[in-house]
Amino acid sequence: MSLDTATVRRVASLARLRVEEAELPRLEAELNGILGWIEQLQAVDTTGVEPMAGGGAEQLRLREDRVTDGGIQQQVLANAPDRADVFFSVPKVVE
Amino acid sequence: MSYTIEGSTGTWEVVIGLEVHAQVTSEAKLFSGAATTFGAEPNSQVSFIDAGFPGMLPVINGECVAQAVRTGLGLNAQVNLWSRFDRKNYFYADLPQGYQISQFAYPIIGTGQIEIQLADGSTKQIGITRLHLEQDAGKSLHDQHPTKSYIDLNRSGVALMEIVSEPDLRSPEEAGAYLTKLRQILRYLGTCDGNMEQGSLRADVNVSVRRPGEGFRTRCEVKNVNSIRFVMQAVEAEARRQVELWEGGEEVVQETRLFDTTRGVTRSMRSKEDAHDYRYFPDPDLPPLVIEQAWVDQLKAALPELPDARRARYVGDFGLTPYDAHVLTLEKETAAFYETVAKGRDPKVAANWLTGDFFAGLNRTGHSIGDSPVTAAHLGELLDLIADSTLSGKLAKEVLEVMFETGKAPGVVVEERGLKQVTDTGAIEAVIDQVMAANAGKVEEYRSGKDKLFGFFVGQTMKAMQGKGNPALVNELLKTKLG
Amino acid sequence: MTAATDFTIAGARAALARREISATELATAHLDAIAALNPRVNAYITVTPEVALAQAAAADAALSKGEAGPLTGIPLAVKDLFCTAGTRTTAASKILGDFKPPYESTVTSQLLRDGAVFLGKANLDEFAMGSSNESSAFGGVENPWKRQGDDAVLVPGGSSGGSAAAVAARLALGATATDTGGSIRQPAAFCGIVGIKPTYGRCSRFGIVAYASSLDQAGPVARTVEDCAILLNSMAGFDPKDSTSADRAVPDFAAAVARGVKGLRIGIPREYRVEGLSPEIDALWRKGMEWLKAEGATLVDISLPHTKYALPTYYIVAPAEASSNLARYDGVRFGIREEGADLKDLYERSRAAGFGAEVKRRILIGTYVLSAGYYDAYYVKAQQVRALIKRDFDQAWGQVDAILTPATPTAAFGRDETQDDPVAMYLNDVFTITANLAGIPGMSVPAGLDARGLPLGLQILGRPFDEETVFAVGGAIERVAGFTATPSVRAAA
Repeated sequence: MSLDTATVRRVASLARLRVEEAELPRLEAELNGILGWIEQLQAVDTTGVEPMAGGGAEQLRLREDRVTDGGIQQQVLANAPDRADVFFSVPKVVE
Repeated sequence: MSYTIEGSTGTWEVVIGLEVHAQVTSEAKLFSGAATTFGAEPNSQVSFIDAGFPGMLPVINGECVAQAVRTGLGLNAQVNLWSRFDRKNYFYADLPQGYQISQFAYPIIGTGQIEIQLADGSTKQIGITRLHLEQDAGKSLHDQHPTKSYIDLNRSGVALMEIVSEPDLRSPEEAGAYLTKLRQILRYLGTCDGNMEQGSLRADVNVSVRRPGEGFRTRCEVKNVNSIRFVMQAVEAEARRQVELWEGGEEVVQETRLFDTTRGVTRSMRSKEDAHDYRYFPDPDLPPLVIEQAWVDQLKAALPELPDARRARYVGDFGLTPYDAHVLTLEKETAAFYETVAKGRDPKVAANWLTGDFFAGLNRTGHSIGDSPVTAAHLGELLDLIADSTLSGKLAKEVLEVMFETGKAPGVVVEERGLKQVTDTGAIEAVIDQVMAANAGKVEEYRSGKDKLFGFFVGQTMKAMQGKGNPALVNELLKTKLG
Repeated sequence: MTAATDFTIAGARAALARREISATELATAHLDAIAALNPRVNAYITVTPEVALAQAAAADAALSKGEAGPLTGIPLAVKDLFCTAGTRTTAASKILGDFKPPYESTVTSQLLRDGAVFLGKANLDEFAMGSSNESSAFGGVENPWKRQGDDAVLVPGGSSGGSAAAVAARLALGATATDTGGSIRQPAAFCGIVGIKPTYGRCSRFGIVAYASSLDQAGPVARTVEDCAILLNSMAGFDPKDSTSADRAVPDFAAAVARGVKGLRIGIPREYRVEGLSPEIDALWRKGMEWLKAEGATLVDISLPHTKYALPTYYIVAPAEASSNLARYDGVRFGIREEGADLKDLYERSRAAGFGAEVKRRILIGTYVLSAGYYDAYYVKAQQVRALIKRDFDQAWGQVDAILTPATPTAAFGRDETQDDPVAMYLNDVFTITANLAGIPGMSVPAGLDARGLPLGLQILGRPFDEETVFAVGGAIERVAGFTATPSVRAAA
């Protein structure tokens, strides 16, 4: 599997990364280099192998249903690059 | 009998499936300890986890899991002892993490089914595909500023149950009945308050149309419909739109649409146009959710009685009509009220009073059962006053009216207004004697065979007693005296 | 008396207890050394003298009251991936801007609980993605070591390059670090110090900027095995705020260091004898085997057949998780924002301006391997191979108690020597990456110098939650190797 320019553009859009047209050929080559190398995994026989999702604990621990957090409005908003009073603010979204 | 749309080229059938998002009733959020109360100051019920801050990690709220299991049991569904959380990746202003934690591949609840009741008295089984737990997103406010949207994350991270039905619904009425039934079950279980105005229950409605007997055609999803009435209207509007498209030789495009409640039409959602690729994968911050069968059994044993069982009990044990049983079990509060009234009394009489004069009184005074001025205990006492002949049925209705206005106990009303029924035979005989004396001619007519005059004497006697004479005694004594 | 910056943590603790030096003097000596050397070494992104001196003063007060904790007055560097309340946290990225977390990571709060003094935030590869520290938005870090007769700037390794360089150059007695594919062990080896990545779940990830959640694990770097044990004892422990944290008691790691290796079975995996392994490293590895044998351990040849697939597996799993973990950097709630025509444009511009080339590359790869149509071929396949890699180890534990391998395929390399080819750079982690995929503990111990005077490390891998054996083997190698070389760039003795 190798990526074409249109796919690089689509993936960049999915990842919300602005890529200038001039950068595309280099990115395409780099990504194809990495993917080509990753391709060797296809040689491994994984028939019937259960995928391993993560490390660590085998199952979730259930938390108690108690209010222990929140009520920190100013701290939550303190690092915002643009805020309007008690809200975060973004360019208008049309639904 | 079945619902169809008559187009210009023939008959169309409607196929509907619902995805309902029900807010889980819990103190704290699904993966953070922030509160879930509705209507708080913007961004005040937000933890750094809910706001997607660097290094923050989710920890699951056990009660939300319990609520999902209870709901699954209430939907007669398979409870999966092993389930898992996945990330659904997409960018949106009110999705702080850039992904929603949801259960995509392995939901906690599998297939189930519920029965819906239709207006003609028939019922229908509707399949449940699955129920899974997921986080709610925050809220974008688009009307606060000309060029900006404002973000409030109070709802971000609140636990939702997404309940998906099979495409078994065939009419707006069935869609409405399904949502009504689902809401009823959730409210009985106490797993969701069902408050549609506050967004605790929202439906995404999948609609397609087809010729009878045909396979499924392309469907559209009408997002975020927030009342049962709007669900029914949205189905109708969307089905008609699709019929027009097909009949006009056009294709229905699979897309997400919004229901415009003021114009009664659906329209395409521009923000969702972007081709979606959610890149689901298991959330590496959350090991699998593994629960014990013993715990499920414990939750099952503690479940409250559900509407279907309660309805059956009202018909079987109390001898109510299916209709009365249905009406009395629609809301958990009504059923509880009814059972208080009926306890130790004639259940049919209690049902008649509740569905009749009591509901009428609520309507007239603009109350709901939750804030009724007449308590269940007071209504029960009223029935007791009828049973022990203190009040006639007619007097009782008057007393009930006063109770709605004043909130007073029936005994108090009877005392204050002197409405007590007269059962003293001597007193009644005295009044009858006066009535006979005053109408000697009529007495003669009656005695010479004009039987129909009996009613006249009853009326006169009751009138003279201001309606307080015990009707049975008045009748009996009149018959004796008139001979 | 030992110069203040040359203390081991154990030594400083004893000196503080005996009041031979005060915590303030210790902190000041380090702050002075940082002022002198950091402009060159660039091991710290942010130095926090006020914080350090206040904490040192508190430490002195505690010491005088006889209320010292296990780390009272010990000056440390904190990898700038750990959120520290009120102190700018950057992840070595531009995208976080002037982000000041209003919260403290669990690991650093435990160090503070035990009395540690924080000198500042250590440099790293951006979002911990790299093996050379060259992807930092705050510039690369200079490895304090030099090749003999050569002034060329060498990389300290990565991603915890700042932490390792700071400790090697005597700009801290120890440091926190994190390891996702070798980010503790590889820089420790390049800088001639000790580093341990504990078992996944041993240290809480709460408050650590996430790179790849199923692989990320915090651990210490320090100049001795014992110092690492002391630090890990403080950093480790169950944390209910991390659902992947292990609910297990923390053993006394420091006590295990001197335990010895008599009777231990040490596995030598044949698949680690990779193509292109430097003869010097191969020789060092053999030396390590001889040492352990001489100390009473038994060597066992073992096979870990899926080893060669570990790197490509990692470069699917880690970027996939990263592409999702880094979605939150969107210019809305914190960090930098580049205005755009609409919200999507704002996201794309902010993220393009904020992320560096390597981070973008991994986000793109990760997004691609998770996208519709490729998920099974890449992501699921990688998870299956990951399961096989773990199975290899599970089977090995039936035969051996620990595994000995080289830490890195080469010694430290020069700046820009391999950065042009991402895949060549990825190969640095060939020996370390399996431990992350399997979730097992791994330690790098300096064991010798190459012909040009650069430090080389050996790696010890252990069973899940058996860091004690890893410490025992590491301690033995340290004692026998007698590694006493010091880098040429370091605080004046």
